[in-house]
Amino acid sequence: MTLNFLETIAYILIGAALLLGLIRLLIGPKAPDRIVAADTMTVITTGGIAGMAVVLGNVLYLNIALIYGVLSFVAIVALARAIEGKRS
Amino acid sequence: MRLAADIFLLIGGLFAFLGALGLLRMPDVYTRIQAGTKAVTLGVLSFLIGIGLLYPDWWTKLLCIGGFVLLTNPVSSSTITRAFYLAGVQPWQQRPDNTAADQDQ
Repeated sequence: MTLNFLETIAYILIGAALLLGLIRLLIGPKAPDRIVAADTMTVITTGGIAGMAVVLGNVLYLNIALIYGVLSFVAIVALARAIEGKRS
Repeated sequence: MRLAADIFLLIGGLFAFLGALGLLRMPDVYTRIQAGTKAVTLGVLSFLIGIGLLYPDWWTKLLCIGGFVLLTNPVSSSTITRAFYLAGVQPWQQRPDNTAADQDQ
């Protein structure tokens, strides 16, 4: 479907949020800042893939968004376990 | 119906943008992760509600994605913050100017 003006603004805001997260991912002073930026960016990307399903008019992209969310959750928990295990 | 969906999509995009702006502007890891979690969770949920108003046939999969985001994003944020705290990342504290000058000497 074609987007009207308000929907275009909403999609541009989602893209700007991803860009700000990417800036924090690049300039983060230490590793925890980059991990936090990656965590935020995966959640925004889940919403963005669901928005791509609207633009392309295909319901299959919602499955991709769900699997992306599951995999990002597993990745973040694995990173947290790796940081926590480095202490002992 | 299209106007209500547009309003929900705009609220979602605005809150996702503000969460990412807080991620860029906050001074510490802990404040960054709370800005990036709460605002972005609300933004993505509102965005999914807007998509569900645009296409009412897709509500089952959108409910799955929304419930999953609502359940797992605070859990992963809490887990990673606990890992940072146990690994010894110090919280940010704003020092007054005189004590900062004393500590520099």
